[in-house]
Amino acid sequence: MKNIVEIKDLTKKYFNKKALDNITLNIEEGKVVGILGPNGSGKTTLIKILTGLLRQTSGEAFIDEQKVGVYTKSIVSYLPDRNFLYKWMTIEDAFNLFKDFYSDFDENKFEEILNFMELEKSVKIETLSKGMHEKLNLTLVLSRNAKLYILDEPIAGVDPVARDQILDAIINNYNDKSSMLITTHLVRDMENMLEDVVFLKDGNIVLTGNAESLREEKGKQIDDIYKEVFSQ
Amino acid sequence: MEFNNNLPIYIQIMNLIKSKMVLGEFNGGDKLPSVREFSKELKVNPNTIQRGYQELEREGLVFTQRGMGTFVTQDVDAIKNLKKKMADELIDGFFKEIKKLGIEIDEIKKIISERIEEDKE
Repeated sequence: MKNIVEIKDLTKKYFNKKALDNITLNIEEGKVVGILGPNGSGKTTLIKILTGLLRQTSGEAFIDEQKVGVYTKSIVSYLPDRNFLYKWMTIEDAFNLFKDFYSDFDENKFEEILNFMELEKSVKIETLSKGMHEKLNLTLVLSRNAKLYILDEPIAGVDPVARDQILDAIINNYNDKSSMLITTHLVRDMENMLEDVVFLKDGNIVLTGNAESLREEKGKQIDDIYKEVFSQ
Repeated sequence: MEFNNNLPIYIQIMNLIKSKMVLGEFNGGDKLPSVREFSKELKVNPNTIQRGYQELEREGLVFTQRGMGTFVTQDVDAIKNLKKKMADELIDGFFKEIKKLGIEIDEIKKIISERIEEDKE
């Protein structure tokens, strides 16, 4: 199978602190892969390098066989872990912004997911709750027909109902032609959706593999393995 | 459905379907939910569901018809054997656990007979 992401000896230093320490990782096309680790483990740094928002100190990162750059940005749909829309906008404005900005934006898909998320287009963004905000952000990101979706903490801090809607939307919009990279520390909620998992600790990959094989091998769910790895 | 024991998810999905077969919720010839439907319902990666279906097929409990879906076997004996096997597994587990309590076989017999009488009432 082809790799959608190839990372070779990737290091990122902030002054003396290594946020990523010589990471090598391949992600196969068509998979849903979870990057698991507590806050400060390097998840967001890794994602920011893949999305071109940060430059690595050394090493290489390829997406669809290309170095991170203009082309890779056009095929990656990225959900940041913070809000990226202006408060004065309505949902309609956000929709127009995305439609203008991304040639792979699918209007029908947007309408469908927005409807599923029970959001109204006329609503102002500043009036949205945290859960609604997250639902809108995800709607925008999933409405692109991208090759790779990178979702940074898609369910952090949302209520259980919104969380279920978000998980459903991710499953409904997953297809084997695209790949997903999802970071989370809420392992219990997400683990059944993940095919492969990567455990990131202090900028190092400490464990990686197929989720089902790890369950079989360790006789534990991923959440329990996570607790074991990170409580040490 | 909660996946909380120590088995891989595809095995838990197989067990779920097996118990539905044994209980007659799924009868011979019934169509199983599509991989996609089931994936949405259980919030599980579709490839995991697919693997569960493949393993069930390998065990001869379901069969796939191209473009139509996955169906429960019409082999009545296969379902009967499955029921027997699942019962055996439960009993194996029971014996393993109760022996850990240091209870002798005669005592186990007594406990079970008493329990059966209680249930009859």
